[in-house]
Amino acid sequence: MDTEWQAVWLTLKLATVTTLILMVVGTPIAWWLARSRHWLRQPIAAIVALPLVLPPTVLGFYLLVLLGPDGPLGELTTSLGLGTLPFTFEGLVFASVLSSLPFTVQPLQNAFEAVSSRMLEVAATLRASAWDSFFTIAVPLARSGFLTAAVLSFAHTIGEFGVVLMIGGNIPGETRVISVAIYDHVETLEYDKAHALAAGMLGFSFVVLVSLYLINGRLNNRRAL
Amino acid sequence: MTQADQESGLAIKIRKSLPGFTLDVDLALPGQGVTAVFGPSGCGKTTLLRCVAGLDAAEGEVIINGDVWLRGNEHRPVHHRPLAYVFQETSLFPHLTVQQNLDYGFSRVAKPERLVTMAQATEWLGIEHMLTRRPHRLSGGERQRVAIARALLTSPRLLLMDEPLSALDHASRRDILPYLERLHGELAIPVLYVTHSPDELARIADHVVMMNRGEVTAVGNLTDVTARMDLANRDNDDPGVILDAIIGYRESKWHLCRAEFEGGGLWVRDNGLPEGTTVRLRVLARDVSLASSRHDDQSILNLLPATVKEIAPGGHPSNALVRLDLNPRPLLARLTRRSVDRLELAPGRKVWVQVKSVAVLD
Repeated sequence: MDTEWQAVWLTLKLATVTTLILMVVGTPIAWWLARSRHWLRQPIAAIVALPLVLPPTVLGFYLLVLLGPDGPLGELTTSLGLGTLPFTFEGLVFASVLSSLPFTVQPLQNAFEAVSSRMLEVAATLRASAWDSFFTIAVPLARSGFLTAAVLSFAHTIGEFGVVLMIGGNIPGETRVISVAIYDHVETLEYDKAHALAAGMLGFSFVVLVSLYLINGRLNNRRAL
Repeated sequence: MTQADQESGLAIKIRKSLPGFTLDVDLALPGQGVTAVFGPSGCGKTTLLRCVAGLDAAEGEVIINGDVWLRGNEHRPVHHRPLAYVFQETSLFPHLTVQQNLDYGFSRVAKPERLVTMAQATEWLGIEHMLTRRPHRLSGGERQRVAIARALLTSPRLLLMDEPLSALDHASRRDILPYLERLHGELAIPVLYVTHSPDELARIADHVVMMNRGEVTAVGNLTDVTARMDLANRDNDDPGVILDAIIGYRESKWHLCRAEFEGGGLWVRDNGLPEGTTVRLRVLARDVSLASSRHDDQSILNLLPATVKEIAPGGHPSNALVRLDLNPRPLLARLTRRSVDRLELAPGRKVWVQVKSVAVLD
């Protein structure tokens, strides 16, 4: 059972690290998409949304090529002394950030779009700089968007399978996350072990989503009052 | 001209293309008092205000009492301009309480620059009892009062108000006007007040900028602008002159008092205002009639000698509008053209003015 708990721990670690990185990377992208009228807006939005429509194997395949020893990013990481990323935890984080990016950006973008530019103008007339009003007005008003983005990114990273298998393989303690472990158990006909993990995932996902909807419902009600 | 003279006043020169017309103004306005920017909807009033604030980009020059906000490529960002802006609709931050809303601007102003205290602002606007509430628990009028207090707490050197009452119902408007009139007395800073309501104009403004399709059609003090016949005919179907006066002698027996102004005085209803109070009077042209000699054997109390300055057609072909000089204050009278003819009125003619009714606006 130790290897099972190892997979659970690894999965949670991966999802946490990925979510934290995504909040930092996704927030400026979402803000720009919500506020800019630049012609690159639509193309960038499409790129961010690609992981939603691509088979995860496509994303995984290209990442493998790019990050591999002969790929441009692989050469870069090797020259920086980091080695190559595929089949490492770091590589898994990199891939998860890309595949979960739309789950961070889209809720945040929607929430930022709902913050009226009037509020930001008011803040400017009250002496707040753009940074200041972003943190004191836009972020608090978009808080339900942040919650949704964090929960969906976390949950989606936990549920990711195809990209993980392509880029991470199945190394216990390093890249063997729950979804891969379940696949493994089914392959070897260890249905009872697969059941334990699968049921855990099902329960966890349900609880997470219900909590999200309940909390968001309360936030929205309070605002509507 | 001394240095101080050059530095006081608002120099506002703005050019900006808008859909359908160009906003093109060049104004030199007094550095104190309330200047109303008055004109029909869509004439560019709000855009003018937004350009002064820096919320909209524009070419030109904005110099506020010697402080350059815009000139050539010098474009000072909004949050570095010592201004306050009261928007048309509610603009309170919904996630903050009233107190936190007030603190938002207040805390961002350096301590030595704070001229308005929290206690003053909340008292002026009568909002002391609602500080712990959130904006959604306030009425429209209360929200706008909080927004005005929040604006004042930044100790601005220019207060910009964009139709602050227009989103309010009639009752809230009536509720908030006294607060605005009171500020007028308390504040030494210049105010630019955008409105399309002749009533707000009459009650609040000292100076007026009349606008139409992006251009300024008249600038001046309220009395002079309201007495301009071309504007009276075009912008207003019930023209009248606004006069500032001081309450003087009262006749308690008849519940009347004198409202004195330079060059004359009028009997008005005694509303209990103490002697020496400044009041604003509106004399509608339709309430003014003329006689070639003084008649005391009739009911009208207010008889004043005046000189005819100008006669112009009134709204209807039967009417004429006559501008009178009370030396120095002006007055308008609406007469029938038949009367003008019968009295042989012409510029320079001495007449007796009979004022049937005077409205005290405060």
